[in-house]
Amino acid sequence: MNVLQLIANGIMAGSILAIPAIGLTAMYSVLRFPNFAIASHATVGAFAGWVANSVYGFSVLPSLAIALLISGLVGLLTDELILKPFRSAGVITTAIGSLALTIGLENVVRLFFGNDLRGYDLPLARDIIVGGIHLGPQQLNNLAVSIVVMALVFGFLFFTRMGKAMRAVADNPRLADIKGIDSRIVARIASFMGMGLAGLGGMLIGLDSSIDPLTGFRSMLPIFAAAVVGGLGSIPGAVAGALVIGIAEELSLLALPASYKSAVAFIAIMLILTLRPQGLFGREAN
Amino acid sequence: MEIYIISMCVVAGIYAVMALGLNVMWGMAGLVNLGLVGSAAAGAYTSAILTKTFAIPIPLGIMAGAIVAAAVGAVLSLVTRRLKEHYLAIVTLGFAETIRIVASNEIWLTNGTDGISGIAGPFRADLTPFQYNLVYLGIVLLVLLGLYVCCQRISYSPLGRVLRAVRDDDMVVSVAGKNAQSFKLKAFSIGSGIIGLAGGLYAHYTSFISPDLFVPLLTLYVKLSLLVGGVGNNRGAVVGAALIILILEGSRFVVPFIPYISPAQGAAIRELFLSATLLIVLRFRVTGLIPEPHDHPVIPRPGTATAGTSIKAF
Repeated sequence: MNVLQLIANGIMAGSILAIPAIGLTAMYSVLRFPNFAIASHATVGAFAGWVANSVYGFSVLPSLAIALLISGLVGLLTDELILKPFRSAGVITTAIGSLALTIGLENVVRLFFGNDLRGYDLPLARDIIVGGIHLGPQQLNNLAVSIVVMALVFGFLFFTRMGKAMRAVADNPRLADIKGIDSRIVARIASFMGMGLAGLGGMLIGLDSSIDPLTGFRSMLPIFAAAVVGGLGSIPGAVAGALVIGIAEELSLLALPASYKSAVAFIAIMLILTLRPQGLFGREAN
Repeated sequence: MEIYIISMCVVAGIYAVMALGLNVMWGMAGLVNLGLVGSAAAGAYTSAILTKTFAIPIPLGIMAGAIVAAAVGAVLSLVTRRLKEHYLAIVTLGFAETIRIVASNEIWLTNGTDGISGIAGPFRADLTPFQYNLVYLGIVLLVLLGLYVCCQRISYSPLGRVLRAVRDDDMVVSVAGKNAQSFKLKAFSIGSGIIGLAGGLYAHYTSFISPDLFVPLLTLYVKLSLLVGGVGNNRGAVVGAALIILILEGSRFVVPFIPYISPAQGAAIRELFLSATLLIVLRFRVTGLIPEPHDHPVIPRPGTATAGTSIKAF
């Protein structure tokens, strides 16, 4: 198999993976717990986008926006109503709560949509061939969407007042509090943004293949791997981690059957935790 | 119908064994494990493969399963030894998923997603199904009783006291000259081993295992059993498991009465109900039905702070 082709595929897959990984790491840096509910929110986003696209006939871009909006709102609501009360009880209680939440939400989706595989309505198009490498137009569109979204996220975090407030809370919650930043609002924005990005990522993943209620859960391990490899809490880290995981997953095809792709994510987590626990870009030791 | 009731008791017994195992890790030592279903799968597959391929006796197979699960638990614990607990949550969850992927793909070893069928059961050929279920219930109850006694012994032994100290503050343990890491390792491997043993018991009871059985939902069921019964308490683990099976199986009878839903929707409603139960229990009754006993006769429980310490146990 052509290694360059695999690397190209890996970059495409990694750039999609980067979106929910940024969401996860942003939520982690503000709320300080690994939010397993990201899996079901990816599913919720994928299905919201599917309804917009296949039922109401929106094209892909507006459907992606709807996926982001719906999963963001669901994330905001579930965090406010379900997960928020857990936070005073500690990191692990909250993490277990988020795991229960993810299975609950996944079953809400199953209740309405069943277990069938569903595909999006996409225009058929021929692959573009550059220097012997096949590139699907849909993949290229996804890559473009990911890059634009990443640029927007960076712009938000570095140039807006709210984004700066969010970074301040992530950096030092107590100091941010002294400076009069309302951490509750920052937490809400982090939940909305994180889960919105998860939903957008879920739909981007679904655009590549098809979706079912387990779409999010199957991607959870790679998403966590991307965030952990990059360093939990670091947004550039999440992007780098996602690219590493994407490329590693594709390159693993040289040696392993395709169904082992998610095991690569686990191996990456174990390796990075053994060799460099703070991740590629993490500052926080341990 | 009698067979159904007996088999539910067997399953409840197996859940209770898993809850005991989880209690050693989580209740006593405060170590989070979101992938205990991976340990159960390791135990079940090891025992099934060994007894099928090498025709070794069933008890030996189950023991081997427990040992493999304990060894895998020890490796996991070693890798995560210096990390904060939320990494342990991520790693254990990923571990269970990876075990499932391996079980689905290594067809030469595990027969892939078709699963392994025809796993030997004790005296299965000589007994009627009713007798077989009864005999197996006896075996499971004996194992449960044995493990319960062992876990009670651990709980009140110096090891158990150190584990609880590790849970409450591992810095203090280190200051007292104990190696907190090695105690965490012990707790994690003992717990994983017990859960692996439960996996083996399950495999030989149903005679069929497949990767689909070992889903994260099962981890939540066991977690819920322990939470309902009372974390840090062996009696609570057993009572909680019985109660969870009652709710799980009870919902099987209630759901068909909901009109206009398909079987898939029924299953979704049951899982939804269970995760909602877990969220509610986690939120409001963190001490469970039988709270951890306070074992000092004179020093009173530290007043209102009990709620705080029991929460810290997670």
